[in-house]
Amino acid sequence: MDIFSFIFNPFVGLYNLIRDGLTQLLLAAGVPADTTRLIVFFIMGLLVVTVVLILAPVMMMYITLLERKVVARMQDRVGPNRVGPLGLLQPIADMIKFMVKEDIVPEGVDRPVHLLAPIIAVVPVVMSFAIIQFGVGMGAVDLNLGLLFLLAMGSVATISVFMAGFGSHNKFALIGGMRAAAQIISYEIPQILAVAVPVLLAGSISLSQVIQAQSGAFGLGWFFWYIPVGPIAFFVYLLAATAEINRVPFDLPEAESELVAGYHTEYSGMKFGLFYLAEFLNTFLISAIGASIFFGGWQGPFVQQIPALGILYFFGKTILLIIVQLWFRGALPRIRVDQLMNFGWKRLVPITLALILFTAAFLWFYRGVLLFLKGYGG
Amino acid sequence: MELTAIIAQLVFFVVAVLTLAAAFLTVLVRNVFHAALALVGTFFGVAAIYLMLEAEFLAIVQVLIYIGAIAVLILFAVMLTRGMMQSQESGTNKQWAWAALAIAVLFLGLFILILQVPWVHSGTAVYTDTTPYLGTELLTTYLLPFEVVSVLLLAALIGAFIIARE
Repeated sequence: MDIFSFIFNPFVGLYNLIRDGLTQLLLAAGVPADTTRLIVFFIMGLLVVTVVLILAPVMMMYITLLERKVVARMQDRVGPNRVGPLGLLQPIADMIKFMVKEDIVPEGVDRPVHLLAPIIAVVPVVMSFAIIQFGVGMGAVDLNLGLLFLLAMGSVATISVFMAGFGSHNKFALIGGMRAAAQIISYEIPQILAVAVPVLLAGSISLSQVIQAQSGAFGLGWFFWYIPVGPIAFFVYLLAATAEINRVPFDLPEAESELVAGYHTEYSGMKFGLFYLAEFLNTFLISAIGASIFFGGWQGPFVQQIPALGILYFFGKTILLIIVQLWFRGALPRIRVDQLMNFGWKRLVPITLALILFTAAFLWFYRGVLLFLKGYGG
Repeated sequence: MELTAIIAQLVFFVVAVLTLAAAFLTVLVRNVFHAALALVGTFFGVAAIYLMLEAEFLAIVQVLIYIGAIAVLILFAVMLTRGMMQSQESGTNKQWAWAALAIAVLFLGLFILILQVPWVHSGTAVYTDTTPYLGTELLTTYLLPFEVVSVLLLAALIGAFIIARE
């Protein structure tokens, strides 16, 4: 491997280097070829999983800091600035606080359900991280059903909300759980339908191929520019996804003025920390997916020449989308339950259905014209 | 390839035991809410078995539909109908003997059927990415059954709305 391709895509280069080195080492030690392949497969798998598992909580910690800083700026405050320079060590202090807190299991809760709920909240989100393409060739796995997998994992989160709300045996938690579950299953539909638009445009359900399809001139052929379907589908996706993860202005399940803290009222210490982790990982996840399917993920100018730029493009777009959500949080009031249901079922669902029909009809017409011209010319 | 086959066997064994355990829990547990959660575990086990059979699409749709929709519906029903805080039900009722008989007959029937069917290995190459073929087949060869099923679901949906209104 030549040095330039290593510098231009350092993480993939490092991965290949370790994999090849390990293979050579094992073969030199006299291990049979097929056993070597198996061992290398397992070790490299563990390595990638470890990197993603470390990256996820660290990212989550700094999104909490970003949120506090951005919202503070919008409200004309300073935000955390005591722990470390610019408050950069604040999230680490918070995490230590979560971890050393006493683990309290309230009396009368449904013990196994109460203890399992926070774990089931986190696991599907972390599993969804497996399919994200962080840069050129930088995805843990490239599933050919990537986006469907993502939506399936998102639907599992409902179960944890039910478990937390019902297992706590607390009326605030129960009402919060009911609201959250109703909201998640209502907004799942427009979210799935909005994701279907880029899938139609790309002709594939695999995340890497959807990104691949957005190369265009200078890597700027993003689906967002496909006016009118692209922008509308993107805004519907953003709203539905924000509602699905219960964030402002759709945070009725944890409306603190009515429901204490909603379905996680009875949770404290690290168990609450896990719900918190799931919420912010979800924020990152929906921003990353939005950036990937509407804004080309790692696509951008000169990515073909210098793949390492893709990482910057991907994180830049994702963080911009996260800031848009924080802006929602700083600017918008919470909506009512009836408004929530009306908006989801009577506005978003018909809009997305019309978008899918329009996109499909347009593609059919466009391909028909192309085929006709080809047949005519040849 | 020996080692891979052994590992696949082991994984299958673990998944099968977990799935069966969850299935038994579903019928034996007294708390209805716990039974519903155990059912979710069973659905996951079945999805894992689909994955091992290289039916990825089926596995993911299993999670999306059975866990994301059906299990959630069951949980909603449990939450809205039972006396929430104490749902201790007896695991059996008056009809247990008839139910056991029916299940035994069904089990034996399926068992004999499985033993009698000659399971041939087709020998032809398997598609690696089955989803496009599934989609094409659904919209060409099996278009009519597909549309009939859609109409059935639509009728059920409208029926539910009418019942809920009254």
